[in-house]
Amino acid sequence: MRFSIYRYDPDKDAKPYMQDYDIQLEPTDCMLLDALVCIKAQDDSLSLRRSCREGVCGSDAMNINGKNGLACITKLADLKEPVVLRPLPGLPVIRDLIVDMTQFFKQYHSVRPYLINNEPAPEKERPQSPGEREALNGLYECILCACCSTSCPSFWWNPDKFVGPAGLLQAYRFIADSRDHATSERLDDLEDPYRLFRCHTIMNCVDACPKGLNPTRAIVKIKELMVKRTV
Amino acid sequence: MALLKRKFDAVIVGGGGSGLRAALQLSEAGLKCAVLSKVFPTRSHTVAAQGGIGASLGNMGEDNWLWHMYDTVKGSDYLGDQDAIEFMCRMAPQVVYELEHFGMPFDRNEDGTIYQRPFGGHSQNFGERPVQRSCCAADRTGHAMLHTLYQCNIRAQTQFFVEWMALDLILDQEGHVLGVTALEMETGDVIILQARATLFATGGAGRVYAASTNAFINTGDGLGMAARAGIPLEDMEFWQFHPTGVAGAGVLITEGVRGEGGYLLNKNGERFMERYAPTMKDLASRDVVARAVATEIKEGRGAGKDGDYILLKLDHLGPEVIEKRLPGIREIAKKFANVDPVTDPIPVVPTCHYQMGGIPTNYHGQVVVPKGENPETPVAGFYAAGECACCSIHGANRLGTNSLTDLLVFGKAAGDHMVQFLKENTNHKDLPKNAGEHTLARLARLENQKNGENVYTVATDMRKTMQAHCGVFRFPELLVDGVKKIREIAGRAKHTEIKDKSKVFNTARIEALELDNLIEVAVATLVSAEARKESRGAHDRADYHKRDDANWMKHTLYYNAVNRISYKPVHLKPLSVETFEPKARVY
Repeated sequence: MRFSIYRYDPDKDAKPYMQDYDIQLEPTDCMLLDALVCIKAQDDSLSLRRSCREGVCGSDAMNINGKNGLACITKLADLKEPVVLRPLPGLPVIRDLIVDMTQFFKQYHSVRPYLINNEPAPEKERPQSPGEREALNGLYECILCACCSTSCPSFWWNPDKFVGPAGLLQAYRFIADSRDHATSERLDDLEDPYRLFRCHTIMNCVDACPKGLNPTRAIVKIKELMVKRTV
Repeated sequence: MALLKRKFDAVIVGGGGSGLRAALQLSEAGLKCAVLSKVFPTRSHTVAAQGGIGASLGNMGEDNWLWHMYDTVKGSDYLGDQDAIEFMCRMAPQVVYELEHFGMPFDRNEDGTIYQRPFGGHSQNFGERPVQRSCCAADRTGHAMLHTLYQCNIRAQTQFFVEWMALDLILDQEGHVLGVTALEMETGDVIILQARATLFATGGAGRVYAASTNAFINTGDGLGMAARAGIPLEDMEFWQFHPTGVAGAGVLITEGVRGEGGYLLNKNGERFMERYAPTMKDLASRDVVARAVATEIKEGRGAGKDGDYILLKLDHLGPEVIEKRLPGIREIAKKFANVDPVTDPIPVVPTCHYQMGGIPTNYHGQVVVPKGENPETPVAGFYAAGECACCSIHGANRLGTNSLTDLLVFGKAAGDHMVQFLKENTNHKDLPKNAGEHTLARLARLENQKNGENVYTVATDMRKTMQAHCGVFRFPELLVDGVKKIREIAGRAKHTEIKDKSKVFNTARIEALELDNLIEVAVATLVSAEARKESRGAHDRADYHKRDDANWMKHTLYYNAVNRISYKPVHLKPLSVETFEPKARVY
């Protein structure tokens, strides 16, 4: 199978280039990550992140034939040749398929992604009804792979000012939690021409999410809550 | 060459469940604590845990910690230390409630309490019937827990060193641990992280086997570093094979599937677990179910054209239950087994999953080694928690859900003990003059190696050898031969060569350094397994069929650096209750 992979090592390359690989795959090599492991066995200089190999850790996000996705759950059989692999767009490249995610995590951290509830904790669990818990479905499952934010033109233009779909999904995850008492502060923090309102519902994020989550819907819900509290 | 130094009160190596739980104790106590992780913390392998956290909340019916303790002791095949097990089972409800208060999105019952599901080996009233003890967030419990713990550490402003790999432990002449050397992956820089207390929370080494549910990063780094520093590894012969890894792919299918009512079938459509475990059936202990599955396949009752897997049926649960309780499993089955479990069974095989052994510790998380008359003398300033530690909660076989309980209870206990230790030891000891030299020598060797072997080739041979010589069933000739082979491979691992010499994010170098750690684990496993002449828990020998309490109720300690085995007694005395005396293990 033929691959064309983005290569760049700042230690020795003046500029990035695409390198072609032709490899013989075994029938047990089903996913794109299997192929990348084979390539790396032959050329140990190819650098990429990977860990769980089952789509839950979010390490091996990359741009695959023009679309962001996780190598470990992308089936080789579904890919057109040559398979063109590039680092996630919009973030600085450290080396090969490895991008610098500092800005992405900064935005995630900026939404205060933790439960805020200053009441003394009870001896046992804080009660939550099954319905209240279900409100977190589609939100808490995010794996922070950055496929969404790095497919979002608004994030490309303003990565330092726009929270981006991943961060906003998590902002809403805590707004939606019946146990969280900081909704109004959270909304204040996002009421800003950039942090939230750079989202123009382009919806690339929904298309890119390998977990089938819908950041746009969460963003719309945050906007609705903002409208509601002004009337 | 002198290495750059950075000083902290405490250094935690590993950003998974136990590392993050411990970090929270230290940060909230106002201490300066650095957490090193090879990957961004939420990518640690805790993220892959599915089924739940064992704790006797009693939300679904009567339960108490003593029953949990009994199940854990029995599950360990009486090799678990009963003081540590009592400590864990008593603390379990408290750490689960705390996690809920941190924001963990547990599934809920109508009355607003945490939903709990049945799990293998967990029973009511000392083995009478299955109990619902596993606190879960659908089948993504580890993911929800790891993210929650990371989020709490953001709030607590813990300092993270993301994508740093610890390379070697630093000890002084008295044997006190003073920190680690570590490599920053992005730049290739190596520095010394000096600390008054060091915690290893580096996870397991499941990647020593060819077929493993484990992530690529599970390379036993803490065990390798400890072994190189002359600290023995405990009970390394005990590896858990999970009964249900996806055939071919190795990806985990949670025991929670059987907890929710799924069951195993052989090619004749027989629910064979009824023969092996009449009471608990598919919810017997993992070692028992894994052996049953392997036996069915071995005796020609496996399914598929080559008869090499067993079927896990869950379609009778209905699409609603599957979608609500097991959505991740459905996703995995579709992606990795090409079946939709709503209509078809999932092909599964026993797959290496968990390392029961590890760095010897007590239930405060202190690393303990034999010294003089005392088989368990604490190593000053050194702690370990989670899968890399051997406490020993799990003994010869871990119960499902107890791994997450372990992370929370002993992560917190280690953190608390470190806070106390740091209060009493306020000064940094001086680093030895040669601190870091060993690390630099290892790196220089790798850098300058000529005509060496490819890392991937050596690692593949190691994995194949472990798989063939030290699997679910163990045979004397294969073990003896395996020891010989693995020593040969360990020799080859000393001469690996990498072509990539870049300073920047050199993953070839990382993989070579990981192999140094894996190989210590592989050698310790085979030597310890060959030496233990009995069958107990996950260690099943063809030539010694039975458990032999008279001769073998003891923990193995293997010293890699000098190739020596010694043993130490099992703690049979719990903290406050009567000993659970060993008896025949029937499910």
